Amino acid sequence: MPTWLVVVATSLVMAVLVVASVMIGAIDVSVADLVAGDDDAWDVLLLSRVPRTTAILLAGSAMAVAGLVMQMLVRNRFVEPSTVGTTEAAGLGLLLVTILAPAMPLPGKIGVAAAFALAGTLLFLAVLRAVPVRSIVTVPLLGMMLAGVIGAVATWIAYRYDLLQTLGAWMTGDFSGIVAGRMELLWVTAALAVVAYVMADRFTVAGLGKDTATALGLPYGVVMALGLGLVAVVSAVVVVVVGGLPFLGLVVPNVASLLVGDNLRRTLPWVAVGGAGLVLLCDVLGRVLRYPYEIPIGVVMGVVGSLVFLYLLLRAPAGRSGA
Amino acid sequence: MITVEQVTKRYGTTVVVDDVSLELPRGGVTSVIGPNGAGKSTLLSVVARLLPAESGRVLLDGADVARTPGRELARRLGVLRQDNHLAVRLTVRDLVTLGRYPYSRGRTTPDDVAHVDAAVARLDLGGLEHRYLDELSGGQRQRAFVAMVMAQDTEYVLLDEPLNNLDMTHARDMMRTVRRAADELGRTVVVVLHDVNFASCWSDRIVAMRDGRVEVQGPPSEVIDTDVLRRVYDDEITVREVDGRRVALYYT
Repeated sequence: MPTWLVVVATSLVMAVLVVASVMIGAIDVSVADLVAGDDDAWDVLLLSRVPRTTAILLAGSAMAVAGLVMQMLVRNRFVEPSTVGTTEAAGLGLLLVTILAPAMPLPGKIGVAAAFALAGTLLFLAVLRAVPVRSIVTVPLLGMMLAGVIGAVATWIAYRYDLLQTLGAWMTGDFSGIVAGRMELLWVTAALAVVAYVMADRFTVAGLGKDTATALGLPYGVVMALGLGLVAVVSAVVVVVVGGLPFLGLVVPNVASLLVGDNLRRTLPWVAVGGAGLVLLCDVLGRVLRYPYEIPIGVVMGVVGSLVFLYLLLRAPAGRSGA
Repeated sequence: MITVEQVTKRYGTTVVVDDVSLELPRGGVTSVIGPNGAGKSTLLSVVARLLPAESGRVLLDGADVARTPGRELARRLGVLRQDNHLAVRLTVRDLVTLGRYPYSRGRTTPDDVAHVDAAVARLDLGGLEHRYLDELSGGQRQRAFVAMVMAQDTEYVLLDEPLNNLDMTHARDMMRTVRRAADELGRTVVVVLHDVNFASCWSDRIVAMRDGRVEVQGPPSEVIDTDVLRRVYDDEITVREVDGRRVALYYT
């Protein structure tokens, strides 16, 4: 298929999904009402539906890109923020700052969450270095165990302070609470996704491994630190504003890799669009399945994502690391 | 010129490279041979600043490699490591183009494209350019990696066992490529080889290592010799002259 055809088809699908996301919800908004200038309809559209759809596009693309960057840097296809403890660590940090410094302004809280997310990622990398057996499957398994431990600590603390519901809201992504004024921070993640695109070639070179990257003159440590920092901040912002979007950063880059490879300069835009599209689809599904009630996006993503993850694990040839 | 000055490298308490001093002049092909665990690959990694030495230093035309900025060094010295499995899915063309990274940093110019084309042609990868590396045989992948190093267009080229995974035809082709890089392009090539006969037939100099030290160095006519090989490998190996080349008979 020629590239322009793929671009046109993708744009059409995205346009349909966006229109569906704007129109579908518990309150009916019809084109006729909007044309007639119905104030209530316009309010629903501008205060709820458009911000929600924007949030979906931003969070979806940024988390998929974060997953891709992490896979390059860790050199394993099956890692992403939710399978190595990054998301859980961000949640733990947010919980602690909520208990210890509830008055801290939101950017400060996100900073703390990002610091915890980064620490969680580094802890994972340290564990990875300490454990000698390294089959491709062991790596995400280790990560999920670590994520489980961090999650358990967070749950215990939340239980003691009666914050289980709050923690649950962070860990399970949900766009139903997004209204105008509650999603603007997500633009930070969009900016970081652009930064990732600017750095795309550096991440591709880093994906060749430390030795080859160094031989090509890449400041490996710097790129590693910047990349993991970027992933941590994106994860923290998304956890705060939307909540966890499990497996998103795993499914989209893997499918993109099969279709167009891992040269990030070429792949990253597709991963961003794919991430936005998948979240949009899952969110619209969540709104339609038991209308007028909603199934949170985190649940839908968890089901869809874990199934695709299983498929990818099973088709991975043994012995080869990743690819 | 590559100057190795009293380099020592340990892994834990094991000394892998033991106070090695060595001078490799510009131009030509130098082969590094020796038994398993002699420290050949480690020495190569230290020379390529991929491993820090515990003591001693390596000079590239007089400049300490450990202190030269990485990007500048990447334009003068290219290195192929022994283990080049990939977790990323790239086409042959993608990989060879990354060899231009020290110059392009991702913004590929027509000059970069020309170097990539030349490297692809040199390694005979024309028909495989748009195939993904994970779809290729081990030998084809090996050639793609060497093409990446060639595209890097460095005066010094270090190759750690480039004959890995290659059958006899491709092994010979690889040595011919190495030879031509030195003769036609004026590169200074250092190759770590397991097979002493490839070293004997294709190189100008041989450096033989044992237990982390340089046991002997010199032209193939001096190094490929029963007495010398006994010192290096602790083994009796018959050497015969066949069509003017010295060949070690170690198959029986």
